[in-house]
Amino acid sequence: MVKAESLVAPVEPDFYHAPTKHRGILAWILSTDHKRIGILYLITMLFFFFTAVALGVLMRLEMLTPGKTIVEPQTYNTFFTLHGIIMIFLFIIPGIPAVFGNFMLPLLIGAKDVFFPRLNLLSWWLFLTGGLLALVSVFLPGGPADTGWTFYVPYSIRTSTNVMPALFAAFILGFSSILTGLNFVTTIHRMRAPGMTWFRMPLFVWSLYATAWVQVLATPIIGITLLLVALERFFGIGIFDPAMGGDPVLYQHLFWIYSHPAVYIMILPGLGVVSEILPVFARRTIFGYKFIAFSSVAIALVGSLVWAHHMFTVGMSNTAMFIFSFLTFLVSIPSAIKVFNWIATLYKGSIALEVPLLFVLSMIVQFSIGGFTGLMLGALAINIHVTDTYFVVGHFHYVMFGGTGFALFGAIHYWFPKIFGRMFAKKPAVISWILVTIGFNALYFPFFVMGYMGMPRRYYDYLPQFQPYHIFATVGSWILVAGLLIMAINLIVAVRRGAPATANPWGGKTLEWTVSSPPPAENFHEIPVVTKGPYDYSEYEETPLEAT
Amino acid sequence: MNAQVQAAVPVHEHHRDDVGTKIGMWLFLFTELILFGGLFIVYAVYRFKHPAEFQLAAKELDTFVGTANTIILLTSSLTVAMSITSIQEGRKRLSMLLVALTILLALAFLVNKYFEWSHKFSLGLYPQSPELLNKPQGEILYFGLYYVMTGLHALHVIIGMIVLAFMVVFIARGTINQRSFVKLEAGGLYWHLVDIIWIFLFPLFYLLH
Repeated sequence: MVKAESLVAPVEPDFYHAPTKHRGILAWILSTDHKRIGILYLITMLFFFFTAVALGVLMRLEMLTPGKTIVEPQTYNTFFTLHGIIMIFLFIIPGIPAVFGNFMLPLLIGAKDVFFPRLNLLSWWLFLTGGLLALVSVFLPGGPADTGWTFYVPYSIRTSTNVMPALFAAFILGFSSILTGLNFVTTIHRMRAPGMTWFRMPLFVWSLYATAWVQVLATPIIGITLLLVALERFFGIGIFDPAMGGDPVLYQHLFWIYSHPAVYIMILPGLGVVSEILPVFARRTIFGYKFIAFSSVAIALVGSLVWAHHMFTVGMSNTAMFIFSFLTFLVSIPSAIKVFNWIATLYKGSIALEVPLLFVLSMIVQFSIGGFTGLMLGALAINIHVTDTYFVVGHFHYVMFGGTGFALFGAIHYWFPKIFGRMFAKKPAVISWILVTIGFNALYFPFFVMGYMGMPRRYYDYLPQFQPYHIFATVGSWILVAGLLIMAINLIVAVRRGAPATANPWGGKTLEWTVSSPPPAENFHEIPVVTKGPYDYSEYEETPLEAT
Repeated sequence: MNAQVQAAVPVHEHHRDDVGTKIGMWLFLFTELILFGGLFIVYAVYRFKHPAEFQLAAKELDTFVGTANTIILLTSSLTVAMSITSIQEGRKRLSMLLVALTILLALAFLVNKYFEWSHKFSLGLYPQSPELLNKPQGEILYFGLYYVMTGLHALHVIIGMIVLAFMVVFIARGTINQRSFVKLEAGGLYWHLVDIIWIFLFPLFYLLH
């Protein structure tokens, strides 16, 4: 049906070949087309991702043996700081929303662009500026920041390293994130195609919507907090410095009031991607659409009220500890609702084991492990035991990398034909999935064991009894990197030489698959009229045996 | 030739949606409120910890200057609101005049602020001054917050003046006119935000002593 329509439609250049206002590179860096901006984000984000991966690999290499392996302790401190800042502020927060949100949101809701196209371009420029500032701080005299990505006072006020550029980088990146969120909320409210009611929106859009609200409402807090640290460093104004009566614990509260909701900015779009990919490859309507949609909103809401579980050991009243622990447990309910609904969607589906689904399946398992260890950390008694150990590091890498990271890999493979108009080779992609999954688990699972035994995080040196686990993890990091490289090469080759993709290679039912691959510059000739929900696979469900 | 290229460029059709524009503006205002909200939290915590010293330090501020600035800002909110009404009635010149008057009032606010700050400096009350460092910790925190919060607010006043200056240009060029004035409304909203933040800063620093 869809094909017949696209044959009738007049031949039209895709957005890569459509005439643009500017030429050459200016056609990209000055473009207000959401698709071009999405690709700009993709390229810059991948650059930062591989930089931070390199730092991570070096850190693992350093931990291969106790004492010095390759770098000095101070260098190691700057490594984990930069790894954290880049991964969090430049990769995982903007990752899925800025790349796939930008590219897909207007297509998914049947719009020609986002509501504020110029603001969208400004967001990317701010992102680039912030990223470059973070990188420049490495090469300025004084050396890169060594505070950890959390910038805890009073150390961040006193250290002589380049904390200022790092603070301003985070501030500017926050601004970029706010503008993206503001743009998405307005777009979703005002630009849905006729008939695209709230409950006909694809679930990825729901997750972007919840994320965008958190971006708008939580980010200003980190902005003002980092600004205060900067002012304190620069002018010596007494705000957080205990020598002048300031309260460093207050800093930690303010920091986590943003940074915990930020965790949901990182994971929610990943959960949305899973809800998007599963029904397509299970050939089934998603199970419990409204529950998944509302669970995104519930996660955003409750997740904004749990920040102090990062601070159970810094000194708080028992009442506060109980409340924050209870709320933390509460977040697991909407998260579990999602996981159960995904499994129920797969049940009795006609599963097509394509590459995007493989990544999503790994993601579900790893996200569940990450979520479960998160519950353990939310329990007061266990938290006291494992605070600031590798257990915590293992937990958040399972959620962030095992969850969001794998969802992002799934999203890249899923939307690759739509974005680039070409197919990737399946075999190398499957090999990369195997290596990345094995490497990831080999790298981070030992962290749980080590952490539970008492290996502290961020330490340069360790007792010999931990060495077998460290060796295991370091070897895992090599497998992981091999997998990532195969994936990257496979996709880069496919951009140039892949077989041309049809409009709808996976059999998706959402609106982006109704336009050609890559989409035309205006997305839709005529704004489509939506008459059905997003995952209508009733043709598979109603004819169970006769069909085949 | 040029016209042809222009025609071939896919123009995103300019559907006007003033409601959407205002939604975007309100979201931005939320972020500004939360930005200052963080500062209000810090203020609340430190005031709770050092009530007596905060009261003592507040006596150093000049209530008269603060009141004058409050009146100036409230008046400027009135003028910017009136400018929107005038453009709706098609009185372009009056509208421009009222926005210009708003900018002048903002300038008056800043001049006042300048004299107020320099007076504090001459008394030796500035960050890291020996005079201030000798005072109890609660007072150091009070003056730290005073400079940060009124300083950040003053920065918003300056940004607001720049925004309003653009509004004058837009009205002059006719970009903002009787039928399309959502830009002026957005600019006005921003100015009201600057105003309302001051409405909270004023009692917290000048009146609670």
